[in-house]
Amino acid sequence: MPDTGTSDAFVAFERVQKSYDGETLVVKDLNLNMPKGEFLTMLGPSGSGKTTCLMMLAGFETATHGEIKLDGVSINNIPPHKRGIGMVFQNYALFPHMTVAENLSFPLEVRKIGKSEREKKVMRALDMVEMGAFGGRRPAQLSGGQQQRIALARALVFEPELVLMDEPLGALDKQLREKMQFEITDLAHRLGITVVYVTHDQTEALTMSDRVAVFDDGRIQQLAPPDELYEAPQNSFVAQFIGENNTLEGVVKEISGGRCTVQLDGGEVIDAVPVNVSKVGERTRVSIRPERVEVNPDLGESAHTLKAKVKEFIYMGDIFRTRLSVAGNEDFVIKTRNRPDQVRLRPGDEVTIGWMPEDCRALDAQ
Amino acid sequence: MSDATGPDTFDGPTPDNALRQAQKTSGPMLAADGTPLKKSLSRALRRQKMRALMLIAPLLLFVLITFIAPIADMLFRSVENQIVSETLPLTTEELGSWDGEGMPPEAAFEAAYYDIFLAAERKEHTRLGTRLNYELTGASSLFRKSGRGLDDIGEVYQDQFEDLDENWDEALPWLELMGDPEWLAEQQEWVAEGEEGRQPSFELSEGTADILPRTAREFAVFAEYTQDEERDNLLDEEPWSAVHTALYQDLSSGDVSSYSGPRADMLQAAAALVASPDFETVSFLDGFEEVDEDWMEPPIWRTIKLYSPNYTSGYFLNSIDMQLTPDGIEARPENQQIYMLLFQRTLFMSLVITFSCILLGYPVAYILSNLPMRSANLLMILVLLPFWTSLLVRTSAWKVMLQQQGVINDVLVWIGLVADDSRLTMINNQFGTIVAMTHILLPFMILPMYSVMSTIPPSYVRAAKSLGATNWTTFWRVYFPQSIPGIGAGSILVFILSIGYYITPEIVGGTTGTFISNRIAYHISSSLNWGLAAALGAILLAVVLILYWAYDRIVGIDNVKLG
Repeated sequence: MPDTGTSDAFVAFERVQKSYDGETLVVKDLNLNMPKGEFLTMLGPSGSGKTTCLMMLAGFETATHGEIKLDGVSINNIPPHKRGIGMVFQNYALFPHMTVAENLSFPLEVRKIGKSEREKKVMRALDMVEMGAFGGRRPAQLSGGQQQRIALARALVFEPELVLMDEPLGALDKQLREKMQFEITDLAHRLGITVVYVTHDQTEALTMSDRVAVFDDGRIQQLAPPDELYEAPQNSFVAQFIGENNTLEGVVKEISGGRCTVQLDGGEVIDAVPVNVSKVGERTRVSIRPERVEVNPDLGESAHTLKAKVKEFIYMGDIFRTRLSVAGNEDFVIKTRNRPDQVRLRPGDEVTIGWMPEDCRALDAQ
Repeated sequence: MSDATGPDTFDGPTPDNALRQAQKTSGPMLAADGTPLKKSLSRALRRQKMRALMLIAPLLLFVLITFIAPIADMLFRSVENQIVSETLPLTTEELGSWDGEGMPPEAAFEAAYYDIFLAAERKEHTRLGTRLNYELTGASSLFRKSGRGLDDIGEVYQDQFEDLDENWDEALPWLELMGDPEWLAEQQEWVAEGEEGRQPSFELSEGTADILPRTAREFAVFAEYTQDEERDNLLDEEPWSAVHTALYQDLSSGDVSSYSGPRADMLQAAAALVASPDFETVSFLDGFEEVDEDWMEPPIWRTIKLYSPNYTSGYFLNSIDMQLTPDGIEARPENQQIYMLLFQRTLFMSLVITFSCILLGYPVAYILSNLPMRSANLLMILVLLPFWTSLLVRTSAWKVMLQQQGVINDVLVWIGLVADDSRLTMINNQFGTIVAMTHILLPFMILPMYSVMSTIPPSYVRAAKSLGATNWTTFWRVYFPQSIPGIGAGSILVFILSIGYYITPEIVGGTTGTFISNRIAYHISSSLNWGLAAALGAILLAVVLILYWAYDRIVGIDNVKLG
């Protein structure tokens, strides 16, 4: 896995394991290094161990094995309130019996900061999230988005270098969520803070992060920048989990020089990029993104073409989503842009589809 | 505002314009069929409301009949005082014009004679005696004696009239003299037909009331009592001696020579007898003095006068250690003051019990709400266990634990902390009551606390810690304020329950650890002074309501959560 090296890592997980019941491991041998100022997202289905990792970093869970380091110092035995890590919770966790200003002032009070300085910092933090006029309100009098901003301000007001966010946008509606995604990343880059962000929403992960760690089954399946994650998934879990994906099952026939030949279960033979197949005869799952597939292609010699039958055509506004039956796969999806000259297929049409071999990745068969 | 929405300048009847027009007009909104919107809404909701009402009707009736009505009746008893004016109607009237100084006039004695005579026949004089005894010690025995003794006055006259003429001790001659002839005929016909159906109501003959006013009044009373209450045939019952007394009074003060109706000769003869110097008379004053010397003292008369109104504040004054006297409201003698002390003690001990419950219950509720489900359930069973045990058993168990030869004392003596001859007194006093009641009421504190605490998301605590607060600061500034509604709910429950608690203080309270409720129970079941019990209960209810109101003002009732 690509690392930035242990020496200059700001946050480091070293061989961390976690078990709750002493029988199964929720986090299996986690190694992760983050440089200062990075926005890293932990993405994964529920139960994949991402929240547990965050909680271990915050100090609310103890690692069963391994070491967690912050700025080169092991923090395994430091209680949460001494770690100085800001945290934004899923349901904001704004104290309902305090006003917004009191909520923000709380971390400063426990740090014994003087009153005038406290007020100044609270005001600055509120202005930062454009909530300057709401200091006297109670959290219950604010909308979800406003509460979200206050929670953010509270996690930042004591100027932590590391901020953890546990699905902070989960309770917001789609539009607000997109707006807040932008605001959070903007703020993080402006303040130069390091952020560990947990979510199960892949769009959120892709749009916000410098790097994304895809979790499954207690392990990081892939740690990479968003584009690499989408375009070059390392295994079929990542390919399936990030974005939409078509798979065709088959057997590796030949591997040579960055290309391999796969015989699909329907008998067709196609070329693909071997990612984690190593020997001939191995079963594989070939992955192609729907937007890389062309209908009635004119792609030249190197492209593959296959016969397909249209099952369903869905008009989605900006794109058309067509479901086809290809080589025994009934759920083969292609996406085409809504252009004036675009052919609108009808169910029952017989067409030829094709793609470039470099867009087609031969992954593990799981 | 419609103008601001955009370029719609078309003035014709579009749906939008119609809607805007409707909003502009000041009249009520109309439904599609032109009826006011409010009206058609309420019509639409009426069915639902009726159905809801029908569903709750059984419970509503049940609560009204078995709960609200008895409470209202009980509260009414705390001011009701009709017994005096109903039992002594003539006397209260006579005493109305008395100024309360010295002795009442002879007329009052006369009225009291007739009233008590009737009351004694109805056996109501002892009830009145008991009632007046609450206000004046000795009234009870005075009335009991008078019920028997006042017969002596009438018998003097009755004997003399009988000696003159046997007919004065017969029913029929009296009825011929006093009764309306038509009524008498009806009555005789009724007897002849075998006393079927209703007995014809007695009617006085015309003119009798003019020449024999007292006799007519007393005979009517006698006749009504015999017919309506005893349900006896008036033809079989000879009048009682009060009628003879009234006859004597009428004959001695009026002239009956003009009378020519039935039995005129009998009446003339009696008048002659009364006029003769040999006729023996007794004054009412002497008659009362004969019965009891107390009648010759002002207090009993003053008390009757004081309590003759239909409603009295006497019970309420009594329950705050005051009393109603002819000179106004005064404090009771110090050695009779008990209720204020009991109220204070009840409030104080209820507060102590509430605070002990908070102190003991809070940590338990905290642990319960923070444990994993399975262990929490087990612990919950332990908390609820007392609920499944009889209250009496639990209280008695404390008796076993706390008494001088009990478990705790034995252990202390065995350890050597306490000498055998100076064992601690832990029961039959306030300590015993507080310990036992704290134990019994603890679940009522823990349950609401638990239900509130289990709704406090753990993320608040985590948030506080991530913001840099220590465990103590987190608890005190973040967790505790949010658990206050639970404390409030538990405290109200425990306090209100304990303020009216009865069984436990009765068993383990001794004399210094009893509550006001024990006194109420005493007045309900032993002294039978229900009026006082009702007044004490009403005050207790008022105290609870005032505290509830105060709690609402200070803490806010919205801050009470039961889950």
